[in-house]
Formats: sequence, C-alpha cells, structure tokens
Amino acid sequence: MIAKLLKLQPSTSLSTDAAKKAPLAIDGLSVSYHHKPVVWDLSFVAPEKGLVAVVGPNGAGKSTFIKAALGLIPKLSGEITVYGKPVDKQRKLIGYVPQRGSVDWDFPASALDVVTMGLYGEIGWLKPVRKGHKEQALSYLEKVGMADFADRQIGQLSGGQQQRVFLARALAQDASLYFMDEPFVGVDAATERAIINVLKKLKDQGKTVICVHHDLQSAPDYFDHALILNVRPVASGPMHEAFTSENLQRAYGGRLAPSELSGLMSLAGQ
Amino acid sequence: MLQELFDILTFQSGYNTNVVLLGAGLLGTAGGVVGVFSLLRKRALISDAISHATLPGITLGFLVALALTGTGKSLPFLMVGSTLSGILGVLLVQWIKDNTRLPEDSAIGTVLSSFFGLGVVLMSYIQTLKSGSQAGLESYLLGSTASMLQSEAEMIAISALAITMLAVLFMKEFGLVCFDPDYAASRGWAVSKIDLLMMALLLAVVVIGLKTVGLILIIALVIIPPVAARFWTDRLGVMVAISAFTGGMSCYLGAALSALTPDLPSGATIVLTATALFTLSLLFAPKRGVIATALRQFSFRLKITRRRALLSLNKGQPTLSFLASFLLKREGVLNSDHTLTEKGQKTVATMSRDQALWNQYLSDYPEEAFAQNRWSLAMITDILPRDLINELEMSIDSPKKEIG
Repeated sequence: MIAKLLKLQPSTSLSTDAAKKAPLAIDGLSVSYHHKPVVWDLSFVAPEKGLVAVVGPNGAGKSTFIKAALGLIPKLSGEITVYGKPVDKQRKLIGYVPQRGSVDWDFPASALDVVTMGLYGEIGWLKPVRKGHKEQALSYLEKVGMADFADRQIGQLSGGQQQRVFLARALAQDASLYFMDEPFVGVDAATERAIINVLKKLKDQGKTVICVHHDLQSAPDYFDHALILNVRPVASGPMHEAFTSENLQRAYGGRLAPSELSGLMSLAGQ
Repeated sequence: MLQELFDILTFQSGYNTNVVLLGAGLLGTAGGVVGVFSLLRKRALISDAISHATLPGITLGFLVALALTGTGKSLPFLMVGSTLSGILGVLLVQWIKDNTRLPEDSAIGTVLSSFFGLGVVLMSYIQTLKSGSQAGLESYLLGSTASMLQSEAEMIAISALAITMLAVLFMKEFGLVCFDPDYAASRGWAVSKIDLLMMALLLAVVVIGLKTVGLILIIALVIIPPVAARFWTDRLGVMVAISAFTGGMSCYLGAALSALTPDLPSGATIVLTATALFTLSLLFAPKRGVIATALRQFSFRLKITRRRALLSLNKGQPTLSFLASFLLKREGVLNSDHTLTEKGQKTVATMSRDQALWNQYLSDYPEEAFAQNRWSLAMITDILPRDLINELEMSIDSPKKEIG
C-alpha cells in the first residue's frame, strides 16, 4: 500500500488493451522479506509466444518475482493478471517448474509419480490416479527423454534428470504460461538440450515462458525476451533491445567485469 | 503365561479385553497412516508439542467436570479439554515461529515443556482434592488399558477407523502437499486447508490415544511406524500400508502384553513393541536395511577389487592386495606363484576389453553412463544392448577426429 501511495507516476501498463490480454501483466509489484524490500515497483508485460529470460545478480529478487507472480508469497502492493484475469482464476493456464533444491528428493515417489502430480488438477479432489493417467504421465517423461527412468525413485536420479522430471510434470498439464526457476542450474548437456527443445516447442505452440536464468552467456541464445532485474526493474523487452551492455552494467554494477561484458555483447551480436 | 497371551491375542478373554485390543489396534493403524504424512511434511516433532500441551486441558477438563457434575472422570470433558489445549499448543508454536526468530524446534521445546509444567502443577492440585485420589489421571501420562471402560474403547475404535479412512481418502492430496507445497499452491490446491486437515488428524490421533499410550509416549505412535516403513519401500502407498500395519501390530501386541501384566503401563509395552518392529526393519529391510546395505557394500568391494586386480595384471607389474590374490587364486586365475593360468590370461583380456568399452561409453555418452549405476561393476555385454556395444567397439578402434 505504501509503495502505491509513494509512487509518483501512475502506471498505465494495465490500461492498454494489449496488456489486458497479455499472458502476464504486472503493475507496480513490490515484495519484502522480513522488512527488506526485495522486489520494488516492478511493472512488466510478458509478450505472447515469448521466451523471457529473467536475469539479474544474486539477491536481485528473481525467484521472489516468480513466486509473487504465482501468488505463492504475499506482496506489499501491485496487481497481477494472467490473460486479463487475476492469477487465482487462471491456475489451469499456469505451469510451474520450481527450483530443484526446493524439495526433498528422498521422498518415497518414482519419477512417474512426480509427473503424475501434474495431472492431479485434472483428476480432481479425492479421486484416485488411474492407469490412463499413468500412461499419460509416461508420455510426458518420454518427451524429456526420461521414459527409461519412470520407475526409479527420484533420489536415485542425477540432478539433470530430476530437473527433467520437474519439466515433464509442468508439461503434463496443458498450460499456456510457464514459470521456470533456474532450470539450467547444475544440469548436464543432455538435460540442457532437452530443456531447450521443450522451450522451442512451447514457443511454437504459442505459449509463453518466464524463466529465471543465471547464465548471461547463454541467455541471448535460448530466449528472445529479457527482463533485467535488480530489486527494481532495469530493463525489459525484446532481447536485442533490453540485453545491452549499458543495462547489464546498471543491473550488475561492479559485479560484472568490463571484459565479461564485452564478451557477452559480442555473443549477443552487438 | 503363554497360553494366557495366546487367549488374549485371539480374542478369547472376554468382550471388554477384545474391544480394548481392537481399539488399540485401530488406534495404532490410524497413528501409522497419519504419521507418514507428518513425517514427510517434516512435522513429526509437532506431535510431541500437541501431546504435552494436552495435559493442562485434561486437568482443567477434570476440574470443570468435577464442579459441574460432581465427578471429574467424565470422558467428554477430558477430551474437549485436551483437544482445546492441544490446539492452543499448536497455535502457540506457529505464532512463535512466525513472529520471532526462533526456529521451530525451539518453539516446540518451549511450548511442550511449559504446558507440561502447568499440567503437572494442576495435577498435583487435583491430588490434594478429596475426590482426587480416585481420579486416575496419571493413566493419561503413560497409558493404561487396564482401567479402560468398554465405552472408551469403543469410542477409540470408531474414531481411529474414521481417521484412517479420511487420511487414506486424502492420500493423493496429502502426498502432493508433503512433497512440493509450492507447486501444489501454484496449481491452485488449497495447501493451507490440506495442511490444516493433516494437523487435525494428527491432533485427533493424539487425543484418542492419550488413554491407551499416554501423552509422554504417544509421539512414538506417529513416528516409529512410518520410519520403520520407510526402510521397506520407495512408494508412498506401500509406505502408508506398511506403516499402518506396523502401528496396528505394535498397539495390538503391546496392549495384549499389558493386559497380561496390568502393572506395566500400556504405553510402555506398546512403544517397546513398536521399537522391536523398527529394529527388525532397520536390520533386515531388503534395500535400505543396515544388513542389506553392508552386504551390498561388501559385494561392491569384492567386485571392484577383482576388477582392479585383473586390470593391473593386464598392465603387468601388479601389486595385489591379500584379498585380491586370494580371490583370484580361488577363481583359478592365478597360480600359487602369482603367475597367470591359461584361464587367467583369457579373463584378464576379457576384463580389459570390458573396461575399455565402459570407458568409451563414459566419454561418448557421459550422461547415460553417469545414470547407469552399474557402470564398471558388471560386464558391459550384460548391461547394454548389442548394437550400442558394436558402436562403442567401432569408436574405440577408429577414434573420431576432433573437429577444429
């Protein structure tokens, strides 16, 4: 509330027609942890069919932004709409791939069990998982190259394989807007390829992906839009417009050496 | 004595004992089922806070019943009192966690000892009352099936059955929230309501179990069976079933033992029975048990020692450990003077080819090789399909030119 009162200019992003229908439209989002603001006055409109990389230094509020956008943590202020409606009314359209480290992998479940969780919404309250659901879940494991590991307890999988299980679980529901929290962290080359393939397919199907990404080197290759964040939004837009050395410098400050920056820019084709 | 135990166990000791045993068995089943979810939700210790927090409620319930009805030993009053103070305890733990920097275990410790202290003071006060001597409240501390009324046992049996059925009905939702609450919330599941139901079932098990197991030991009822069950399986549904069985057997056998020796508090005999079942699981469970793990470790060492020894023989100048030369001599690979037998030369050649293939697999398919948990532990021909091995053989014999 206070953030809203203090805001000098009224934000107009949600009043436009385009923003009303956008996969994700955020207006003036502020979030704090223990009396410390971690996301400050963030407005952002995600494009249709966009692969958006959310980049920024450690502690920039990237994961917090995603969790707040999903309504998982309370926000101080701000409005969030998904395809023009409040996020709580659009749950069926939203897929989520959390950070791999956020769960206990010693849980008594197989890879197939975890992917089946993606179908629970479809199955509904109190109804049992049927054979058809299991077969459906297996087909999604196949899509990420994990069908052979369906019956393995999830703790017996490598980090990359665990990530692919999470990805398959998100695919198992037919969402239109996907949130992914650092899916590329600590994965092997095969998993990286699998994730990139999935991203491409999602884009071809007209879906939108908002993905927290830690690696500046690969961001321009994998994504076509960027949201650069350091507590406050630094820049957002199509990759070639937003992902500039100036903006990165503003977000990362001294944490990015000049040589790193110029290296990145040559990669981005600038 | 044995005959008597047999009679009790086979429900031949009168209706009252039968109902008590049945109630205890169903109580244990409910504890086992509900316990799985509090264990997986990492809330096992909260049940200790709940159980200790019930004591002031039991004593206050007794005093209120005494004032209103003239006798304190009124089950409804005691149950309502213990439920209310149990809820208060949970809320306090939650409040301390949310509003201070104390971690959950400190909050639990503080709440359970404070409530327990208050309860003991109130109990001592009741002892000084004239009607206090026959109160029998101390049976709520360590459990006593001997003094249990038939109506109480019936109430326990019915409630336990209802708790078990509810928990099984909600197994899918409970499992989802235990594994990944954030994901569940992102999908629109009412995580806080599901959590509340799990907590309510836990509270219900504690309250109906007070008389049988006692508030000091009741935590065992929701912790030991699921922990024992985890040794046997990697599947949630199977874990719930085994935990239910373990809990049910512990309470049934423990209550029977207690019926045989009425001086022993039933809580103690039940917990010791559960401990025995836990120990069996810990030792003998086929995959995760201690003995199976040790055996696997030993066979792994033997395989690795043998393989390393054969590979070092292939390179000439081997330095063989005592274990290695013992193994190879027994196998007929080595002569007593440490030279290779005819069979040995073959074995060494086969093994070195096998290792070369495994190494090639690791460099050609690093991800798959890493995921293959028998890499270099078995012969590659037993593990990988023929066409893949052909490919690996070709890639050994004509290494690919590196690009650039």
